[in-house]
Amino acid sequence: MSTYYASLFAEAGILLLGALSVYIILATGQLSLGNAAFMAIGAYLSSYLTVAIGMPVTPALIVSAIAAGIIGVIVGFPALRLKGIYLAMATLGFGEMMRSFFINFPAMGGSGGFHGMAHISVGYIWAWAGGILAVLILVERSRVWLEMQAVHDDETAAGLVGLNTVAIKVSAFGIGAAVAAISGGLFAHHHVYIEPANFGFERSIDFVLATILGGSTLGLGSLIGAILLVFLPEFLRPIADWRLAAFGTLLILVLLLRRQGIVDRMLLRGLTFRKAAS
Amino acid sequence: MSAPLLQLTEVTKSFGGIHALSAVTSGVPEGKIVGIIGPNGAGKTTLFNVITGAYRADSGAVRLNGTALNGLPPHRIAREGIARTFQNIRLFPSMTVWEHLLVAQPHGESWWRRLLPVGWGDPAAQVRAEEVMEFFGLTGLRDRPAKSLPYGLQRRVEMARALTARPKLLLLDEPVAGMNHDEAEEVRQLMLKLRATGVTILLIEHDMNFVMRLCDYLYVLDFGVLIAEGTPGEVRTNPRVLDAYLGKDE
Repeated sequence: MSTYYASLFAEAGILLLGALSVYIILATGQLSLGNAAFMAIGAYLSSYLTVAIGMPVTPALIVSAIAAGIIGVIVGFPALRLKGIYLAMATLGFGEMMRSFFINFPAMGGSGGFHGMAHISVGYIWAWAGGILAVLILVERSRVWLEMQAVHDDETAAGLVGLNTVAIKVSAFGIGAAVAAISGGLFAHHHVYIEPANFGFERSIDFVLATILGGSTLGLGSLIGAILLVFLPEFLRPIADWRLAAFGTLLILVLLLRRQGIVDRMLLRGLTFRKAAS
Repeated sequence: MSAPLLQLTEVTKSFGGIHALSAVTSGVPEGKIVGIIGPNGAGKTTLFNVITGAYRADSGAVRLNGTALNGLPPHRIAREGIARTFQNIRLFPSMTVWEHLLVAQPHGESWWRRLLPVGWGDPAAQVRAEEVMEFFGLTGLRDRPAKSLPYGLQRRVEMARALTARPKLLLLDEPVAGMNHDEAEEVRQLMLKLRATGVTILLIEHDMNFVMRLCDYLYVLDFGVLIAEGTPGEVRTNPRVLDAYLGKDE
């Protein structure tokens, strides 16, 4: 594999985790436009742990994920009072807040960025991305996932069948934040240089885009979305300056034709049924 | 009535200046079907919302088997053993019939067991869901999205979901609203079967014929005040009830 493709695959793995972090929170009916903030926390904290303390990458990622998860839970509580577009705005504000925090945080290089991390391989990135996706696909078949879906569908009815809606929504934020932090840690050790501008609003939007485009009702959707989002603009390179416009057009078409995203449960059921019939 | 399962004592709830419930005291004895009737706006659904914790009573007490429920969040009240259905059916749009029954299971199990795929770690949940599905005649519709079913069946799914958690008390808000006579009769038979299994039912209903033929005991609410109670026969002939429904002769 050429370094060019290797780096695209690395980007796709990192984006997949970011998309999953949005997907997990979205599964409880909460739209977060600030997940790049959790990614930044993971990137900076894991880099600090490996560079300044000399911790190996894997435990550094785990520690960062736990720390970001705790911050996610803390963010999750005020988020309970907000719904829909108001929650989206608030999380967006949180994202910008975190970015300016790192700009004004000289210990980690401020706006000049931070470097010195050891480079990790594409295989390592995909071990994390694939592992987390696999666990998530199993969890999607569990009762906990159904409980999240219930909160997403009708919070009042979910409470009245005995579900602790507060715990479910806040935990989703915590887990989502932890996954975003892993994405950030991998990003930092793949690029071996980070700066606050890496974790701006556009990054959060990329996460949401990958989730929605691929299909926001399945973890598999985030995989498809992440791969499309990374590779499609590259394959469109022959049309040079028009490639982003073409990409935008494709995006609009997909959303018009399949509002639920490219994959959903119906599609999967259809595919497995056809396989069984033939 | 001695030691009722559900005991309401002087429950009062106001919205602004409107007294939705004024000092309502009533009891639901175990193993009975009790009805709440009254004209529109009498406070019936408000009473359900207070019992299930959606609203907090301004004063008064709600007790289930002697346990005070006031101020508990809805999910805790549900876990104490109260389940309900809604006047305007509230199903989970993204779920199949089967999933509705899995998600509403009793809440004894640890979270990590609930994290495993349903087929792996949860035989009890599946057995319970099958049981309830069969009881409500939904077995053939297991994998249908619940929202795609006809209205009468959606009501059944909602009742089945409520019953999955093995509640002590089932609250039904207009269970036969919009149903024809035959469908209502089926629901009545289901209610009687349920009572036979030991479930206590408190229901709101406008269909007088249905209420009179089903309930063991009735409470009549009018403008938030309990104006009468008794067996269907007693209530039917109570002059205050006739006034509330038909208007008073001046």
